[in-house]
Amino acid sequence: MDVVVAENVSKDYVTGKVTVRALDKVSFRIGTGSFVSFVGPSGSGKTTLLNLIGCLDRPTQGKLTVNGTDVTRLDRHKGALFRGQYIGFIFQDFNLIPVLTVYENVEYPLVMVRGVDVGDRKKKVTELIEEVGIGAERNKYPDQLSGGQKQRVAVARALVTSPRLVLADEPTANLDSRTASLIIGLMKKMRDSLGTTFIFSTHDMRIVDTAEVIHTLQDGKLTDTVKKNAHTTGGQDAQAG
Amino acid sequence: MHILREDKMLKLVKISLRNLFRYKRRTFLTMSLITIGVAFVLVFVSVTVSFKAMMVGEITDSMLGHIQVHKKGYVASIDNLPLNLNLQPKAFQKVEEVLAEIPEVDAYSPRLKFGGVFSNFVESTNIRLNAIDPDKELAALPLFASRIKSGQKTIKPGEILIPELLAKGMKIKTGDIAVVVATNEDGSVNGYQFTVSGVVSSVTGPGGRDGYIHIQDGRQILRLEKPEISEVAIRLKKLSDLESVEARLQETLGKEMNPKGKPAFEIHPWKKLTPFFNVVRMIDVMTFFIKLMLIAIVLISVMNVMIMAVYERTREIGTIAAIGTLPGRILSMFVIEGLSLGILGAASGTILGSVALFVLNALQIRFNFGRAKGLILNASLNPVDIITIALIVVAVAVLAGFRPAYQASRLEPIEALRHV
Repeated sequence: MDVVVAENVSKDYVTGKVTVRALDKVSFRIGTGSFVSFVGPSGSGKTTLLNLIGCLDRPTQGKLTVNGTDVTRLDRHKGALFRGQYIGFIFQDFNLIPVLTVYENVEYPLVMVRGVDVGDRKKKVTELIEEVGIGAERNKYPDQLSGGQKQRVAVARALVTSPRLVLADEPTANLDSRTASLIIGLMKKMRDSLGTTFIFSTHDMRIVDTAEVIHTLQDGKLTDTVKKNAHTTGGQDAQAG
Repeated sequence: MHILREDKMLKLVKISLRNLFRYKRRTFLTMSLITIGVAFVLVFVSVTVSFKAMMVGEITDSMLGHIQVHKKGYVASIDNLPLNLNLQPKAFQKVEEVLAEIPEVDAYSPRLKFGGVFSNFVESTNIRLNAIDPDKELAALPLFASRIKSGQKTIKPGEILIPELLAKGMKIKTGDIAVVVATNEDGSVNGYQFTVSGVVSSVTGPGGRDGYIHIQDGRQILRLEKPEISEVAIRLKKLSDLESVEARLQETLGKEMNPKGKPAFEIHPWKKLTPFFNVVRMIDVMTFFIKLMLIAIVLISVMNVMIMAVYERTREIGTIAAIGTLPGRILSMFVIEGLSLGILGAASGTILGSVALFVLNALQIRFNFGRAKGLILNASLNPVDIITIALIVVAVAVLAGFRPAYQASRLEPIEALRHV
């Protein structure tokens, strides 16, 4: 089954009297359990595309379906519910909540979004923070962590609700080479164990090399799609539209 | 489900409190402002309320009583002490019957008031005479005895309590003999010799010309054939019953008609019989404006903190919105911050205000009111005032926090995440 289906998706930004087309009739499909990367120079539309898939923004034209739902029709409230239910986010700047500890940051979506009871929550959070290798830091606050540790927390937070889809916008941009490799390995490991679909926007060739499908964006257009060794437990390969 | 909701609420409160104390200096300054404001208002309200209570007590318990009943039209001519507007025995009997039916009434005192000339055989001056039954007067006005500066604390027939003004001006002492000359309703003049049994001070300041004689002597001077009176001063068990008793008297005595079919009585609470009520009202107005200032302080300071908080945490708001936090929950998070500021400010302000009042009371601050010297200020915190002020502060804090909180909940996640 395809987790994401985009058909002629366009996005315009209007600044004063100037309209800028950030995405131009982009079409693609992303199968369940894929490790997909969108690459391209700055301003090519990668982040815009991720924002649309993540229901953080709405396309100007076209049809975008995520997990079978037409996300172009979701209002603010339904959009939040949908994101909480199906999507995890990993940000370039980690975006951890500074007043919460590592444990509480990972726990946050389970309490505030999903409403999971305390026993299940504890089990799940503890397992996950051990799995991403930050168990020893569970009581530390984000400002006491290194960049790599922060991104591990962000990965755990994105995965704790077992979302169908994780969107990662430049997840390794603020990390050193070694840490970036560890984070990529971690995400792939999580994909392998949980079957979660990962979609990246990145410049990082290490992620690009790891991805099974690589979409290239140029000036808002999808110019190329490369399929590599497709994930065996995942669904269909992505295909350029 | 219920436990989960509580769990979520606890988490929200925890996050809100941690965010509040994230900017310690700013929160501390804002809380200090609210604390000082609450403490100041509590001290002001307590001091003014106790001052008011002492002032009202002094006036009602030593001079006016809580309510007075007159013949209709008497109060409009009260400066002339008209004898033709006295209550006849039958009317007084009616008043007594009605008062006997009202359990809130503690005591009452009938008075006969008239003007006369006071002479010590050397010089003469005008005097306003209050002919009273001393036992009833002392029951209705328990502080009356404290106004008698020298001599006995009561009046017997043949004795007169003279006002301080006359005693000083005419150099009269206790035990001196004086004469009172008065004109009765028919215009005939009568004189009566008294022994000065004491000097009575005025409640409201220098210049009082009120002297006191026994009611039997009053009737004799005026050659009254029937025991008529000018007024009835009523004391209630609790001042808080004033409005209800007044209403009841209006319902009963107020509807009594004279043979001409016009109202026979008029009922006045103490407020309508003394200009000092304007002072009381002024204090109330001042208290109201002080409370308004507190509201302004809380409103501006909390709103300022919350606007800054939303601005500084815009990206965080974007993050939590992106990961699926509902707008209502984001709103709650910020409203709880405002609420917490209000609760903490109100609590610490109450503690500070209580300490300040304790110190004020320990200092035994003395003040004078009218002729009463050295009254000790005894301010106490009324739980109703504490609750009212705390509720005002908390409600205003929530109100002040609501607007920024609403803005936070309406932020588009994408815009918020782009915020630098």
